[in-house]
Amino acid sequence: MKYSANSVWENKDQYDVAVIGAGHAGCEAALACARLGFRTIVFTVSVDSIALMPCNPNIGGSSKGHLVKEVDALGGEMGKVIDQTFIQSKMLNKSKGPAVHSLRAQADKNEYSKTMRQVLENQENLEIKQAEIVNILTENDEVTGVQLYSGMIYRCKAVILCTGTYLKSRCVYGDVSMSTGPNGLQSANYLTDCLKELGIKMYRFKTGTPARIDKNSIDFSKMEEQFGDERIVPFSFTTNPNDVQIDQASCWLTYTNEETHRIIRENLDRSPLYSGMIEGTGPRYCPSIEDKVVKFADKNRHQVFIEPEGLGTNEMYVGGMSSSLPEDVQYAMYRSVPGLENAKIVRNAYAIEYDCIDGRQLKPSLEFKNIHGLFSAGQFNGSSGYEEAAAQGIVAGINAARMLQGKEPMILDRSEAYIGVLIDDIVTKESHEPYRMMTSRAEYRLLLRQDNADQRLTKKGYEVGLINEERYQRLLKKEELIKNEIERVEHANVGANEKVQTLLKECGSTPLSSGSTIAELIRRPELTYDMLKPIDDARPDFPKNLAEEVAEQVNICIKYAGYITRQMRQVEQFKKLERKKIPDDIDYDKVNSLRIEAIQKLKEHRPASIGQASRISGVSPADISVLLIYLGGVYK
Amino acid sequence: MNYNEQTTIAAISTAMSNSGIGIVRMTGEDSVEIADRIYRGKKNKKLSEQMSHTIHYGYICDGDEVIDEVLVMLMRGPHTYTGEDTVEINCHGGVYVVKKVLETVIKYGARPAEPGEFTKRAFLNGKMDLSQAEAVGDLITAQNEYALKSSVSQLKGNVKEKISNIRQKIIYHTAFIETALDDPEHISVDGYGEKLKVTVDELLGDIRHLLDTCDDGRILKEGVNTVILGKPNAGKSSLMNAFLGEDRAIVTDIAGTTRDVLEEHINLQGISLNIMDTAGIRDTEDIVEKIGVDKAINYAKDADLILFVIDASSELDENDIEILKMIQGKQAIILLNKSDLDMIVTKKVIENKVNELQPVNSSETENHNPIIEVSAKEKSGIAEFEQILKDMFYDGKLTFNDEIYITNVRQKTALQEAYRSLQKVNESIEMGMPEDFYSIDLLDAYESLGSITGETIGEDLVNEIFSKFCMGK
Repeated sequence: MKYSANSVWENKDQYDVAVIGAGHAGCEAALACARLGFRTIVFTVSVDSIALMPCNPNIGGSSKGHLVKEVDALGGEMGKVIDQTFIQSKMLNKSKGPAVHSLRAQADKNEYSKTMRQVLENQENLEIKQAEIVNILTENDEVTGVQLYSGMIYRCKAVILCTGTYLKSRCVYGDVSMSTGPNGLQSANYLTDCLKELGIKMYRFKTGTPARIDKNSIDFSKMEEQFGDERIVPFSFTTNPNDVQIDQASCWLTYTNEETHRIIRENLDRSPLYSGMIEGTGPRYCPSIEDKVVKFADKNRHQVFIEPEGLGTNEMYVGGMSSSLPEDVQYAMYRSVPGLENAKIVRNAYAIEYDCIDGRQLKPSLEFKNIHGLFSAGQFNGSSGYEEAAAQGIVAGINAARMLQGKEPMILDRSEAYIGVLIDDIVTKESHEPYRMMTSRAEYRLLLRQDNADQRLTKKGYEVGLINEERYQRLLKKEELIKNEIERVEHANVGANEKVQTLLKECGSTPLSSGSTIAELIRRPELTYDMLKPIDDARPDFPKNLAEEVAEQVNICIKYAGYITRQMRQVEQFKKLERKKIPDDIDYDKVNSLRIEAIQKLKEHRPASIGQASRISGVSPADISVLLIYLGGVYK
Repeated sequence: MNYNEQTTIAAISTAMSNSGIGIVRMTGEDSVEIADRIYRGKKNKKLSEQMSHTIHYGYICDGDEVIDEVLVMLMRGPHTYTGEDTVEINCHGGVYVVKKVLETVIKYGARPAEPGEFTKRAFLNGKMDLSQAEAVGDLITAQNEYALKSSVSQLKGNVKEKISNIRQKIIYHTAFIETALDDPEHISVDGYGEKLKVTVDELLGDIRHLLDTCDDGRILKEGVNTVILGKPNAGKSSLMNAFLGEDRAIVTDIAGTTRDVLEEHINLQGISLNIMDTAGIRDTEDIVEKIGVDKAINYAKDADLILFVIDASSELDENDIEILKMIQGKQAIILLNKSDLDMIVTKKVIENKVNELQPVNSSETENHNPIIEVSAKEKSGIAEFEQILKDMFYDGKLTFNDEIYITNVRQKTALQEAYRSLQKVNESIEMGMPEDFYSIDLLDAYESLGSITGETIGEDLVNEIFSKFCMGK
């Protein structure tokens, strides 16, 4: 749809940054800009839907929990808000290595949304405006403002696109199709055409959500109750752990069965996906129940998690059964599941299609390569998930601000943060489905743990200006304590005396045959730093507010030292190529020895560094050698 | 993908022939240290204690085993070809000895150089000027393309298949672990170690077997790549049989299942020949001969040696002329077969023909390919053929393709790395490490094996996760 204004007039207020969309990406982006001192305005089609969670009622989960921690370590908001509004919390993979421990919380959706909205409302330099943006105004490939559906123009120097799933969105189930955003909200139908005119390549992606069922219609006696952790760990490094030990709500586990699968199979022809009514590409990691039944036909049941949407509502989310089958089939299918025999569906399951971009048009700073001052973040960039959105949001916000400050962008690389992996993948790899974070995507995941996100990123947050002095000083203190304690423990000797042997026996460990160090003992899989306290006479007392964190870091760093050192060595190699920047004005046609395929790919991507170039499919190691030589010669 | 700019690399820098000496060259920051580990000089003086740009007599040893008596040249950076510390080991020229020295150097810490890597380092360390940059680039591109082609094409069909099978298993198990870690509420990986160990043990056995194969030289076709050309009725097969008389052993018979060439590996006077006879020609008795000739020409392009068999009892035809044209400037021996019959085609005929083919102003008349009269039937001329072959080899006209051998070392190193990584998986299982640690070493093994078959990881893991396992939500 092409927009034509009836009347145009200009708002005389001056803004530095306009953020389009107030979802999880938009909120972080807007807050970052405003907090860094820039006059920021955030537009949303509905002020009531700020920080809305239109799909699952969780924040965090495997690798996503890492992202939340990292956003927090940089000075973002998501972690703080979920710490105030969660109703159940679990540390996933607790029996596995520290790299894959991941925090996941059930959110009270309304409370989350409301709390985040208040943070925005009370933020200095930040304004909220309900409006649909129809045009991005540019002059000489530089952003100058945005235009509202009303025709009004707001001038600004940077724009951050965070449109989520709202661009030309369409919700579908069975033969029902509605041109709305998620939850029946208004979609944004004009902006796509404007973006296309700016030369931006658009994709069409698809995702889906399950039904919400009235709690009073569910028979929980037929389900397994799922509890939260006994001791809750907060997301934010600023939250006092004692403040989050709440009474938790339960989730419930049940299963689909052959009957469910029969109903689905018999009605597949009525699914809009199979009839071709939906053309968008869906994510493989979050398949609809019909996809699961077709693709994994040998599985005779699938798990179904019944999760509360909040404390102030009876709606329950049916995790594991997203669908776009017709309404009558949905009833039959859900009611075939034990405990859901009399289920009343409050909201139908649906699939949603929306416009997004090919992320390879972005620089690692999340600014468009071809339009100065235009940034983008979140689902609009082809990702999925609240946490992925927030992570990009804060980076786009920081970098829009840094552009206005005339500073170099803040770019996190793959060895520094999951955020770095996420953004590098988005801007480097071609994707045909919404991108989800996974721990297996992080090459150096032993270094990128959720427990050390502050050590990795808070210094950067401080340099950028989002972390205050007090928090920074606390980090420095913590790091010093960890360093000294590791040093001490490596050299703390223990003899094979009675006391030691007894403790070892009690902990199920083999007695010592000769002297050892505390560090050596920590490296035994069955022992930990904490367990050895009774035989570690010289152990210092740490300040109360840091003791737990320091002990955890010392334990991990010593226990997994071998693996950690190995990954650090790999990182050194990796960094060498990352640091070799490729100038913007490089003419690949002049690099004679490159293969034609490589020239094409490199021209298309315009990677920022040799490291990024090496991750482009179709660029070989030999091409990288040739590039290195060319850069070494021409740009020395 | 290996971009270790700083590690120490090694390669054989002389041709792989039985020439007087062979040089193994090593460069990089650890090269002197590595040399110290394997070099025994007089009075046990270490190389690292010696002055730069000096030559030392001694032995290369692998532990207690003496590999060779050598001269070692020590050159510290920056005044070296690459600009980095460099050690050159001059050893006795036998192919076996040079290989052994290179393997020892690698065993003690160097890694096989990538194609063009010495030159690349020289450039990056400012040892060449800008005008040379392009040439270096071309060299690397060309050598890499060749190496990639050759490393994969030289693998025997079943070796590639075996490696692919191992990789398949590795990625499947890794994907399972990763799926469980990403979606712990749907899939549990508890106690998976025991199950995995069974597979890892199997895979270790498979790789061990491949390594043994490697040592036997059966993994690659080492030797002089030789192509036999000639019309179907020229007597190629019978001539081959004559060469392979009772006293000459067929080392391996590697009739390819995927390629339309018949290959035989023969050893004449200590020289290994991989003889390729195009199946196309064999089977085209009744088809237009032109097709067969085209095919043969293709194989001959990359050959180190061409044996052109001519039926001396009948007139030269178009095909013969075409082949004659093609072998100009290549290492070839022309065999006039059926010399027991009335010879219509004689040495003189061929010489005249070749002179006709040569450009008028060409002065290179002495560089003619040798022509020998042979008879497969009477087994005559074979001794003369062997003598010529030997002369060519010792004159250095005939060499192994260096890259083939280097590739072999790289592949062996990669197999060893994969083996070590899988051993680490087992260690982690035995130590009771959490499951996520298994994937780290499993993926390392996967990547090492991939470097043999020319495959990288890319999105393999993510794709495997999605295609094999059902994620929740």
